[in-house]
Amino acid sequence: MLVQNIVFYATAALLVFSGFMMIISRNPVRSALFLVLAFVASSVLWILLEAEFLGLVLVFVYVGAVMTLFLFVIMMLYLDWQHIRGGFVKYLPLGGLIVAAMVGLMIFIISPNHFGLLLPVEHGADYSNIKELGEVLYTQYAYPFELAAVLLLVAIISAISLSHQGKTKNKTQDVSKQVQANPDERVRLVKMPVEKKQ
Amino acid sequence: MIPLSSYLIVGAILFGLSIAGIVLNRNNLIIILMCIELMLLAVNTNFVAFSHYLGDNIGEVFVFFILTVAAAEAAIGLAILMVLYRHRQNISVDELDSLKG
Repeated sequence: MLVQNIVFYATAALLVFSGFMMIISRNPVRSALFLVLAFVASSVLWILLEAEFLGLVLVFVYVGAVMTLFLFVIMMLYLDWQHIRGGFVKYLPLGGLIVAAMVGLMIFIISPNHFGLLLPVEHGADYSNIKELGEVLYTQYAYPFELAAVLLLVAIISAISLSHQGKTKNKTQDVSKQVQANPDERVRLVKMPVEKKQ
Repeated sequence: MIPLSSYLIVGAILFGLSIAGIVLNRNNLIIILMCIELMLLAVNTNFVAFSHYLGDNIGEVFVFFILTVAAAEAAIGLAILMVLYRHRQNISVDELDSLKG
């Protein structure tokens, strides 16, 4: 139990620290890397909550795919990042005050007085989170699961069609041009006198 | 034993940090997209914590679907950001006022 407590508080502190550094760092590459740290820390928290499958999926999908995509996009944009963040100081007092009030209110509501007494369900060593999740996902939630697959397909198609540059570098055949080709434009017959043998 | 409220407080602090990031980094659309990812992460942490403490794994199924939708949202958002950058050479939110009358 003591080890669990140490892991929880260290990881939670790391998570809050990396979230904070993400929003204040000037360089977007650095803030993307802090977001990666936040994902890894929260996957540790999820594994501590016996959601092993989701913790691993978070590392694979988010750290492996989504954050790589973010880093690619950051490196593709040619911007002057140092001068892009006007307004940080301007919005800091009011924004900080409102956010602090909101977080204080949330912490007051979910304080240990209201949610501290709930004890988790104990599982034995043979408990398999993947099996439990799969049994629900493939029976009761099979239809939403298929819909999620369709949603990912839609996302692929829309992302490609949004960012596609057009046919400028494409070597496909233009059929209508080929059909409209006229012999007069292609072949020129030249008449010239026959030259005698020297 | 770690009480449920500890996990919920961590989620609430992360959520507040990401809202602060959206408000403060108004000139950088990429940071705003990353803050939305962090916000979804905070909500997912709440779902997983409740799912564990109530002994009901429907919450984890929900987190699975939220992860799917968030991945799709990140991909489409970044594609829109690339198109925006090509049109305006700029990703500042404050200058996106073409629809203002």
